[in-house]
Amino acid sequence: MNLNLINTRILSTSFDYFEPSTVEEAADILGRYKEHAAVLAGGTDLLVRMKQKRIDPKYLVDIKRIAKLKGIEQNRDLIRIGATATMLEIQTNEFVKERLPALHEAIASVGSVQIRNMGTLGGNLCRASPSGDCLPPLLVLGARVNLLDSGGTRVLPLDQFFKGPGKTAIKPSEILMEIHVPIPPRGTGMSFLKIRRAGMDLAKINAAALLTLEDNAVQSCGIALGSVAPTPIRAKKAEASLIGKKATDERLAEAAAIASEEVRPYAESHRHRRSTAQYRIEVSRVLVRRTLELARDRIAGRR
Amino acid sequence: MNGKREQESVEANTLLINLIRDKLNLTGTKYACGIGECGACTVLMDGKPILSCLTLAIDADGKSIVTVEGLNDEISRALTESFLEEGAVQCGFCTPGFMVISSYLLNEKPAPTEEEIKQYTRGNLCRCTGYVGIIQGIKKAAEKLGRQRLMYKST
Repeated sequence: MNLNLINTRILSTSFDYFEPSTVEEAADILGRYKEHAAVLAGGTDLLVRMKQKRIDPKYLVDIKRIAKLKGIEQNRDLIRIGATATMLEIQTNEFVKERLPALHEAIASVGSVQIRNMGTLGGNLCRASPSGDCLPPLLVLGARVNLLDSGGTRVLPLDQFFKGPGKTAIKPSEILMEIHVPIPPRGTGMSFLKIRRAGMDLAKINAAALLTLEDNAVQSCGIALGSVAPTPIRAKKAEASLIGKKATDERLAEAAAIASEEVRPYAESHRHRRSTAQYRIEVSRVLVRRTLELARDRIAGRR
Repeated sequence: MNGKREQESVEANTLLINLIRDKLNLTGTKYACGIGECGACTVLMDGKPILSCLTLAIDADGKSIVTVEGLNDEISRALTESFLEEGAVQCGFCTPGFMVISSYLLNEKPAPTEEEIKQYTRGNLCRCTGYVGIIQGIKKAAEKLGRQRLMYKST
């Protein structure tokens, strides 16, 4: 497909457009049309792919007017983020900024003000890009997604949600309702770092780390990397290597080395080649070390 | 649309930019990349910036849209003068998009730092100027506006 020959001034495909006002209505429509329907939230990804003729849904289900999918709230020990909460709404939420700083920083790095004002976190999750910036922080935070269809609801931990580049465990009849992020205990530090050229670029590689210390020893640890595998991944072996240990520079560097052995860069088509497999293996080690150090130093309030 | 109530019939696949430019003849908003990467089509919906090339016209139903033609007079004048003084305009094609996003920026941050200007305008591309003139222009506009918070001229 030669992009130079496609007219993106107009949306040339035709489709039936639905604007349900309840989740049940939306689920009903999706249940009827399944893979012939597409859910429209912000449209910053869906409309681009429709214009480029990569996809051709015959039915569009606009979920932006459904009240139950909006908003960001704190419910006791977790934060509930509605599927259609925009990135900008999340970015400007003071509680998220204070208690989930890695997520805040990741969201602030996405696209542009315009894109963040339109794009939703729910849509970002369903897009399941291996390089999605919000994904590593949500993985280390142990986030869960609520999915709904006409048959009922189910909850999936995020690390079971991503199946491959652009593929998730969501069924064609299902809609993502909300994201639950457990609020980490006090004494937890977290960080997010992203390597890219400039401007609105996607990540060549990104990483998030989370450390909870007790008596100076690592009680729990999360390390996640994006753009190094077909899905964003948690470096489980690296995490395990730190449990119960003191978070010294040497230990963190060792964990970073282990993490860089857990990455599985896959051959990308030329068009998507933002970096090589070798680059990702080398730089993942650097980035994991930096995010771990930053997470640790933030517990002490040093950075 | 820019403070005036409008009613139009649109197809499901009519984009907001088509409605603005082709039906309402407001050609200040520009179509450039069409895929959300350049910001030339930026307009304000209910006071916040969106890309009209990636928005269905239907989604504007019941909302307030402000294009470059409808920006608050004071902000528009401050930006126009400053852009001209600082060399922020060469071909001018990106300029409407930059004016709309700058309008939003100056409302959010009446005295923006250079870093804040860069963050807010990250979604707007210019092929001519190399951005320095634009950044200086926005800074100057902020100074001209005397750091007051201003309301948009709309509804």
